[in-house]
Amino acid sequence: MTGRPAAAQDQGEPAPEHDEEHNLRRFATIWGRAIYSVTATSMTRVEFEAHLVPQARVLRETLRARPFDPRPAVAVGAALVDAHCTDPEALPSILGVIDAYLVLYCPPPADVPADEARIRCSRLQHAVAVGFSQALRERTLSEQESISRAALGAQAEAERALADSEAKLRAVFEGAAVGIGIADMDGNVLEINDAAARMFGGEAHIRRRNVSDWVHPENEPAIRGLNGELVRGERDGYHVEKAYPRADGTVLWANLQVSLLRDTEGRPQYQLALLEDITERRGLLQRLRHQATHDALTGLPNRALFFERLDQALDPDGPTSRIGLCYLDLDGFKTVNDSLGHAVGDRLLVAVAERLRACLTSDDQLVARIGGDEFVALYTDPPGQEAVTDLATRILDALAAPIALDDRDLRVHGSIGIVYGPAGSRGAADVLRSADITMYRAKEHGGNRYEVADPDSDARAITRHGLTNRLPEALERGEFFVEYQPLIGLEDGAVLGAEALVRWGHPVHGVLGPDQFIPLAESTGQIVPLGRWVLEQAARQAREWQLDHPGGSCAPRVNVNLSPIQLHHRDLVAEIAGVLEETGLPPGALCLEVTESALIGADEDALKPLRRIADLGVAIALDDFGTGYSNLSSLRWLPVSVLKLDRAFTRGMRRHPADPVDLKIVEGIVSLAHSLDLTVTVEGVETRTQAEHLRALGCDHGQGWYYARPGPPEHLHHLSLADAG
Amino acid sequence: MTDRPSWAPQGIDLTVPSVSRVYDYFLGGSHNFEVDREAARVALKAFPGIPKIGQANRAAMRRAVRFAVDRGIGQFLDIGSGIPTFGNVHEVAQAAAPGARVVYVDNDPVAVAHSKAVLADNPDATIAAADLRDPLSILEHPETRRMLDFDRPIALMLVAVVHFLSDDDRPAEIIATLRDALAPGSIMVITHATLGGPTPEGQRAAQKVYQRTATPLLMRTKDELEPFFAGFEIVEPGIVPLAYWRPDAPLTEDDETAALHGLAAVGLKA
Ligand SMILES: C[S@@+](CC[C@H](N)C(=O)[O-])C[C@H]1O[C@@H](n2cnc3c(N)ncnc32)[C@H](O)[C@@H]1O
Repeated sequence: MTGRPAAAQDQGEPAPEHDEEHNLRRFATIWGRAIYSVTATSMTRVEFEAHLVPQARVLRETLRARPFDPRPAVAVGAALVDAHCTDPEALPSILGVIDAYLVLYCPPPADVPADEARIRCSRLQHAVAVGFSQALRERTLSEQESISRAALGAQAEAERALADSEAKLRAVFEGAAVGIGIADMDGNVLEINDAAARMFGGEAHIRRRNVSDWVHPENEPAIRGLNGELVRGERDGYHVEKAYPRADGTVLWANLQVSLLRDTEGRPQYQLALLEDITERRGLLQRLRHQATHDALTGLPNRALFFERLDQALDPDGPTSRIGLCYLDLDGFKTVNDSLGHAVGDRLLVAVAERLRACLTSDDQLVARIGGDEFVALYTDPPGQEAVTDLATRILDALAAPIALDDRDLRVHGSIGIVYGPAGSRGAADVLRSADITMYRAKEHGGNRYEVADPDSDARAITRHGLTNRLPEALERGEFFVEYQPLIGLEDGAVLGAEALVRWGHPVHGVLGPDQFIPLAESTGQIVPLGRWVLEQAARQAREWQLDHPGGSCAPRVNVNLSPIQLHHRDLVAEIAGVLEETGLPPGALCLEVTESALIGADEDALKPLRRIADLGVAIALDDFGTGYSNLSSLRWLPVSVLKLDRAFTRGMRRHPADPVDLKIVEGIVSLAHSLDLTVTVEGVETRTQAEHLRALGCDHGQGWYYARPGPPEHLHHLSLADAG
Repeated sequence: MTDRPSWAPQGIDLTVPSVSRVYDYFLGGSHNFEVDREAARVALKAFPGIPKIGQANRAAMRRAVRFAVDRGIGQFLDIGSGIPTFGNVHEVAQAAAPGARVVYVDNDPVAVAHSKAVLADNPDATIAAADLRDPLSILEHPETRRMLDFDRPIALMLVAVVHFLSDDDRPAEIIATLRDALAPGSIMVITHATLGGPTPEGQRAAQKVYQRTATPLLMRTKDELEPFFAGFEIVEPGIVPLAYWRPDAPLTEDDETAALHGLAAVGLKA
């Protein structure tokens, strides 16, 4: 091509610079048009062309420079790569436009010959190509490097995150207080944490073993079934209490939660076991249950356990068809106790218990101590009446030989009342009463013998006893009276109140304690008027104390026992409200004691009256706590504000040092009670040692001979006045 | 534990082509590995027009960013942002409105790492590793919270990413969740692959290439895109081929072919 572009000549005498600039832009436009379609730029065409103008200018100046040096054109190649002409195929287009149009639109000075111009243009293209290739290579390398770096970084990041999360899990796993174990679906143990190893008594004992290796006779077969379902993926977990053999041969009781871990496709992959060691808790509960059901002195089953067994045996729906019962009362024990003292009396009872135990010949016989010197042997499904009388004979024989204590030979005899008959028709109290009456008959016949109950003699005995029938009359005649036993604040020894205890001043039998007539009153319903009378007395008395103590707050309160029968009497709530009204006693100064056994298993209907009473502001105490075996958690919803701990718990504290298990149990109960906002009263405090232990354990109130015996109301008055002074 | 727990982050498998790196290759970049290029070459063979579609897509994205800036929007949430090469949202936005804030989101760890490096010195742009299929994780991401003010309008950019959501992912619900977080005056930009033009065969083949990646590609029609704009008013010219969305230069023949295989639309939240 020769000559100037026509466009340049059309401009009638324009300024040469303007001309120049215009041609430069023309060149850039042609250039842009050729390259744009092979770039990846996101600029618009117009923008892209504008972007090329400076590059075109560099080419023009380089073409014209003197001396000629093509090197600045290298930068143009690089600049095009920067503008995202990264396709190697773009280069021919880039160079093609320079070759065809650069000299034409941006001619070198006139003195440069055409040949020379051509050569310069070629060298320029060469330089542009070098710049383009170098830049493209560098760009490629640097992008490769940056993406590799990013990939490595991302990989490291992912690994670190993985390691972090593994480390976190590992820490949780290792540091967990619960035992954690992981097994595969065949039961092979893959991993266990330290806590689990400790529970089992050594890592070697569990690592690389199979879950099915640990069999323990105490486990229910059902657990195996559960695990089978889990392994087959039919369930996602289960929760049981399970026994395991420990490395040292002892048993580990665990609260076990097993869950299934599935892979991302949902297939069962691992079994995850969480174990909590409940061996000690279980042991403690068993001790607690044992304590609650056994007589601390003799170790024999106590009244509660006896009644439980008797109830079971008498249950019409139960497996037992007949029962035999020997009710034994020691003749002459009272004399020993009175003349030689409690300590000797206690040792005598222990020796008697020992001999009674020896009289049992099979598992279906049980001997219990149910009162001071009263024992009872229960025989479930005896082969016949003779088997029961044989047992009674063995007992009498066992007691025939004197008991040597220190240097003394003590003689005790027994009188036994036997009940033998079918189960399912009579209640426990009825059976026992019958045995009791029969025992009296044996006593009346001179003792050291047994008698067998029969309905006729029972009836006669009852009329002879006469207590039952005389109850209503006795109430009218005012033969009952109330004694008060102080309740003491353990913290400061202050008299806080008293428990009202009813007595019967029997014209013939002398003063009878509640044990002797309350069961009768309950069985005849007389307990309702009697209970009401006691409540009135006690409330009036408490009101008097209050009036004597205008100070108010330290005025003694009064505790009154409420029988389960009263609890079911529908006027109870109204009566209590009425008594409070009449006497003017503030409800807060009254506390009603209900036995644990009366509330256990009570449904919401049965509890309703009690809730209403509590709503009045009257306190409710749970009496004899610990003799039943209430679900401790039921305390949460009973309307109770005081726990009265049974004296069984304080026996072990008479000694020094105290029985650590007793201490632990009481401590546990106290903390539980306090966490439920209940105050704890302890009965049967007999020694200073006991009192100190109980105070240290956080018990709130105490009651017992150590402080005061039950007595007339004036006693209490003196006590509290003395205390106030 | 012998196996890696399934809840630990996944490692990175560089033997599988990645959408973001294949796309980079189409755009002429070298932020890619041989597996990616191989996959890209297979796609290109079946359907040589792909790079042009990519370019048209980037151009449409750029116009959409300018549209947002013109409306006074200074915040961008760009989900499925890929490997930053050139003409990225933050470059376009910050050139037009200095101080514009941009949060990029991607679920490709390599793309995220690369973005981190590129954005290290940019105080107004950041990257969050998150998945579009879990929109709350994006909205609650600390980087999102740090950078964006949801009481003021935001441009939500879903550029060439929604076609990686299958119908089972319930894209409309995902988008609704994002929409609900936006202040009135916000916009949403969607570009999306569509089946069209003279070479549907080739397109299908290209679609197949993506089956090999972790993220298969799903073409959708204009009608299928419309429900995604529930709660938005679609601005002029509607859901149209990429190049037809508010072009800023006369269309060329190249544009015409590329335009047919991608759709673009912008919705305005009232
Ligand atoms: C084709 S690129 C688009 C990049 C950029 N938006 C553009 O249009 O230029 C798609 C990007 O979306 C990302 N992506 C795909 N599915 C995703 C998801 N579910 N969540 C987040 N990012 C996703 C991919 O990693 C890739 O980087």
